[in-house]
Amino acid sequence: MVVIGLVLPWLFRDYAHARDNGFMIAMFSQMGMMITFALSYNMLMGEAGLLSFCHAVFFGFGGYCVAHFLNAAGDGGFFLPLELLPLAAGLCGLGLAVVFGAMATKQRTTAFAMITFGIGELAVTAAIMFKHFFGGESGITTDRTNAWSLFGVNYGHGLQVYYLIIVWTLLAALGMYYLRGTPLGRMANACRDNYERAQFVGYDPRMVRFIQFALSGLFAGIAGGLYCITYEIVTYDAVAAPLSGNALLMAFIGGVGSFSGPVIGAILITALQSGLSLMSSSWIVYVGVLFIAMVTFAPTGITGILRAHTPIVRSGRLRALALPYARLLLPCLLVLAGFVGLVEMLSFATIGASEGKTLNLFGLTPDVYAVGPWLIAAAALLVGIAWLRLEARRFQAAWDAAMAGLAPVGGR
Amino acid sequence: MKAPSLHLNDVRKSFGATEIIRGVTLDIAAGERHALIGPNGAGKTTLFNLISGRFEVTSGTIRLDDTRIDTLPPHRINRLGLSRSFQITSIFHRLSVFENLRCSLLWSRGYRYSFWHSLGRQSALNEEAERLLEEINLAGRRDVQAGLLSYAEQRALEIGMTVAGGAAAILLDEPTAGMSNTETEQAIALIRRVTEGRTLLMVEHDMRVVFDLADTITVLVYGQVIASGSPVEIRASRAVQEAYLGAEAA
Ligand SMILES: Nc1ncnc2c1ncn2[C@@H]1O[C@H](COP(=O)(O)OP(=O)(O)OP(=O)(O)O)[C@@H](O)[C@H]1O
Ligand SMILES: [Mg+2]
Repeated sequence: MVVIGLVLPWLFRDYAHARDNGFMIAMFSQMGMMITFALSYNMLMGEAGLLSFCHAVFFGFGGYCVAHFLNAAGDGGFFLPLELLPLAAGLCGLGLAVVFGAMATKQRTTAFAMITFGIGELAVTAAIMFKHFFGGESGITTDRTNAWSLFGVNYGHGLQVYYLIIVWTLLAALGMYYLRGTPLGRMANACRDNYERAQFVGYDPRMVRFIQFALSGLFAGIAGGLYCITYEIVTYDAVAAPLSGNALLMAFIGGVGSFSGPVIGAILITALQSGLSLMSSSWIVYVGVLFIAMVTFAPTGITGILRAHTPIVRSGRLRALALPYARLLLPCLLVLAGFVGLVEMLSFATIGASEGKTLNLFGLTPDVYAVGPWLIAAAALLVGIAWLRLEARRFQAAWDAAMAGLAPVGGR
Repeated sequence: MKAPSLHLNDVRKSFGATEIIRGVTLDIAAGERHALIGPNGAGKTTLFNLISGRFEVTSGTIRLDDTRIDTLPPHRINRLGLSRSFQITSIFHRLSVFENLRCSLLWSRGYRYSFWHSLGRQSALNEEAERLLEEINLAGRRDVQAGLLSYAEQRALEIGMTVAGGAAAILLDEPTAGMSNTETEQAIALIRRVTEGRTLLMVEHDMRVVFDLADTITVLVYGQVIASGSPVEIRASRAVQEAYLGAEAA
C-alpha cells in the first residue's frame, strides 16, 4: 500500500512536459485524508456499532484549529512545524470529542444517533455565528508556508503535501489498526454485540464507548488537519452533515465489517466524486443510488462481498461462479444504461439545456424533446431489471450449490 | 479471593402494580452451594436480576458480605466479585469463542479500558483463555463465531464466561437447561470444579442435579420463600411436596 502510494503520482506524470498531473495528485491527496476520516468513522460504526451523524465536527474543528495555528505562525506566535500540525489538529479533535462524547455516549442506539445529529447542527450554527473563530460563511483562509518545516521543505508544491498526507494517513491507519487489538477495541466490539453482557463481565459500556468516541475524534481531527494544510481554507462545510454523511457512505460501501472496508470505500467514493463529477453534473444521484443499492442488496459492503467468497475460493469452486457472474453482467449493463439515460436526459431537460450545453450520451446526441429516446431508455431499464431478476435467481442457485457443505465466514 | 456470603433482606420487586418478588429474606453462607428451585414464573430469574444489579429493587436490601450492592450498577457488582449467567444465552455473538472468553477475563485481570496493551502479546491472559476453552470443551471451536455455535455449545460458553473472571460468588440461571444427559454431566462436573471454595447460587429444574450438588436448597413459590434447608429437609418438607415437588413426583 505504502509503495503504491509513493509511486502513484509518478505513474500519472506527464513526462513529455516534465509536469506532474495536478488533478491526480489532488485526488490522491483527497483520498488519503478521506481514508483516515473513514477509518476513524468506522471506529464508531463498525467497531462499536455506533451510528454517528456528527463525525465531521471533529474533522472540521481540527481543520479550523490548524488554520489558526498557521495564521498564528504567520504572526510569529506559533512554534510547531508543519509536519506536526496534523497531530495538533488531532488533539483538538480529541478535546472536542471528549466534550460531545460525554453527552452522546450516555445514550444508546436511536437516542445516540439523534444527539449526534443535534451536535452536527449545533456545530454548523456555531461555525456561522461565531465569526471570530470560524470566519462565518466564508470560513478561514490560511497559508501553509507560514509554518516552518522539520526537513526544510517549503510545501509550495502539491506533491510535497501529498507525501505529508501519505505519512500521516499511514500513521493514523496503523494507530487505528493497533487500537482494534487492545482491550478497549475488543470491548468496543463486545459492547456492540451485547451491550448488557459487557456489564456482567465488569465493563461499563458507556465508558467503553466514550473512550472509543474520543479516540475516533482524535483521528478525525488529524484528517481535518490534513484537509486544512492541503486546501488552505476551512469553511463550515467541513463540520456539516453532508461530510458526516460522506464518512458513513465511505465506510458502509467499503464494508464496516473489516479494517480494509473504509479504506476501499474512501478510495472508491473519492474517485467517483472526482471522476464522475467531471463527466456528469448528476453524479451525486449515482452515488446516492449506489448507496441505496448497497444497503438493500449488499449490506456487508464491498469487502463483505469479497469475504463471503473465501470459503468458495478455498474449496476451489470459484470457477463454478464464473459463468453465472458473466451472465449477470449484460443485464446489469442494460439497467445501468437505461438508468443513466433517463437521469442524464432529465437533468439536461431541466438544467443543462438552459445552460446552452449539448447532451452527449454514450456517443449519441438524443433529442430530449422527442418521445423516442425516453421510451428506449425506459424500456432498457425495465427489460434490464426483469432480466436481472431472472439471472439473479440463477446466480443464487449457483451460489448455494457452490456453498453447499461450506461454513460461511464469521465476523470479528 | 475469599468466598463471600450473600444476604437478602425483605427484598421486593414490582413491575407496575404487580409484585413479583414479595419479601424474600435469604442468607447464603460463604462457600456454600445453594440451589434455588421453584415452579415456572416463581421469580427466580427476577431475583437473580435483582442480586446482579440488572433490576433495581423496589424495597429491601442486598449485601455481599458487608457491602450493600442493591444500589450499585451491574458492572460494579461484578467487580466486587459476583458473576452471573443468563437463562437466555447472552454472549458476544459476532466475536469468536476465544474472544468471548478473553473479554470475560479482561477486567478481572486488571486491563480496564486499556488502549495501549496489545492483546496478542498478553501471554498470561491468552493462556488463561485457552485453558478455559479446554475446560468447557470448546477448544475445537476456538475461532468460530459464537453466534454460530449450537445451542448446547452456547450454553457451555455462557458458563465459561460467567466463571472466567474468577468471581468468588457465582449465580447460574438454569445452566443445564436444554442439554443432553452427557452434556449435563459434563456441565455439572465443570460447575463443581470451578465453584470449589466459592459461593454458588444456582437455579436448576433437574432435581437429580439439585440434590446431588447443593448444600442448601431454597424453594421460591410465587415470589416468596416457602422453605429453605438441606436437601434432606427439603425432600421431607410437606409444604414443598404440595407446592412443587409433588407435581413432579406424581
Ligand atoms: N421485566 C419484566 N417486566 C414485567 N414482568 C416481568 C419482567 N420480568 C419478569 N416478569 C414477570 O415476573 C414473573 C417471574 O418471572 P421470572 O422470569 O423471574 O420467573 P422464573 O422463576 O425465572 O421462571 P422460569 O422457571 O420460567 O425461568 C413472570 O410472571 C414474568 O412475567
Ligand atoms: Mg427463569
